[in-house]
Amino acid sequence: MSEPGSGVSGADAYNFAYLDEQTKRMIRRALLKALAVPGYQVPFASREMPMPYGWGTGGVQVTAACLVPEDRLKVIDQGADDTTNAVSIRKFFSRTAGVETTEHTAEATLIQTRHRIPETPLRKGQILVYQVPIPEPLRFLEPRETETRKMHELEEYGLMHVKLYEDIARHGQIATSYAYPVKVEGRYVMDPSPIPKFDNPKLGDNPAIQLFGAGREQRIYALPPWTKAVSLDFDDHPFQASKAPHDCDLCGAAHSYLDEVITDDRGGRMFVCSDTDFCTGRQAAGHRGRLSPQEGL
Amino acid sequence: MIADALAGGFTEAPVQSARAFREVLEAMARPGTIHRVTGARPPLPVSVAAGVTLLTLCDGTTPLHLAGEADTPAVRDWIAFHIGAPLVAADDADFALGLWADLQPVSRFRIGQPDYPDRSATLIVEVDRLANHGPALTGPGIETATWLSLPETRTFRANRALFPLGFDTIFTCGDRLAALPRSTRVEAI
Repeated sequence: MSEPGSGVSGADAYNFAYLDEQTKRMIRRALLKALAVPGYQVPFASREMPMPYGWGTGGVQVTAACLVPEDRLKVIDQGADDTTNAVSIRKFFSRTAGVETTEHTAEATLIQTRHRIPETPLRKGQILVYQVPIPEPLRFLEPRETETRKMHELEEYGLMHVKLYEDIARHGQIATSYAYPVKVEGRYVMDPSPIPKFDNPKLGDNPAIQLFGAGREQRIYALPPWTKAVSLDFDDHPFQASKAPHDCDLCGAAHSYLDEVITDDRGGRMFVCSDTDFCTGRQAAGHRGRLSPQEGL
Repeated sequence: MIADALAGGFTEAPVQSARAFREVLEAMARPGTIHRVTGARPPLPVSVAAGVTLLTLCDGTTPLHLAGEADTPAVRDWIAFHIGAPLVAADDADFALGLWADLQPVSRFRIGQPDYPDRSATLIVEVDRLANHGPALTGPGIETATWLSLPETRTFRANRALFPLGFDTIFTCGDRLAALPRSTRVEAI
């Protein structure tokens, strides 16, 4: 095994973090502009990556541009460290960048995530990289890029409020439960990627740097630390960060985001934390849920 | 002369530029914080931090403007060999390097377009002093308030008033740098 970035030594030698230097410079310039204009989607020349679109090519490129050899990388997919997407991206960077990896949120310096924000609060010195499928919050309301760009330019977000209002008219409440739009620093409406709206309150005033990469759509955007990101709502229908009304069946956590797991074909089900690191950490600390294995068995 | 131009670049570009960029990223994400960078030995009068920033962010696709004292044959040769950025007038530049006085009037630099505010210049400003006292800064990336020794405040306040348009600034002093993106509010003095 060669030192990271030490150049060619055998067929397995990649440039540090896979991408070539010119590509990384291009992504880095886009990242700086994204931080300077929080919530604005900066176009970038997304590259083909050795994985299909939809598997986090945007997040991977942002991660590659930010990684340093001293980093400790964590990758989660819907909160889990042990799913195919998370495992393969972790292996990708431990091979091409030689970085250490971890499953513990508190130990990680860079976390790439698909559709969750970890339950453990992030801190200064950490970077959270989101994989984004559709970066444009207005895309399903207005398919033309020329028009949505003009709408962002003019700060014309009435259509988004109409959409949320129609939710209320039809369902009696705002039915949007993931990819819930936020307004950043009172200017740009931003898609926080398909995180559950339960995670929206963690977007704003977060001490970590949050970077968003959309590979197929070729956009990068960012939330600097301590940035205001307010979920859109109405005075009489305030935003609510909802979750399944249960406790975790393994660790008993009452305030974490839960996945529903079907356990048999007779209606049996259980609810478990979507954040596997958070759940195993709580179990290790002695917390128990409804369906935890009995001690001593 | 030529030998000087060939020296002073990154010796291990992938790793050195990664570490340097991480500092620049932290600087831009947390306006006013001061970061130390290493790896470049550009010809005088260009500082180490400015040299590192150029090596990390600029290449043949980024028009660069050299202002005043920074525009010497030695600097031009060094940039031609290590970076290859086309040297252009201020109004065509993606990046500009120089003393604050030499960069005036900064209204020459691109501030982006209303539909593409990212198409704006980044100014690399060489300063004699970089410290966390001076005008107060607030805004994205700053928890409550911070302070940074700025060459002036009026221009940066006018730049903030253009938001989301505007230029972004990286201050360099020796081997240290700090950033002031257009989103930062600068206290009036």
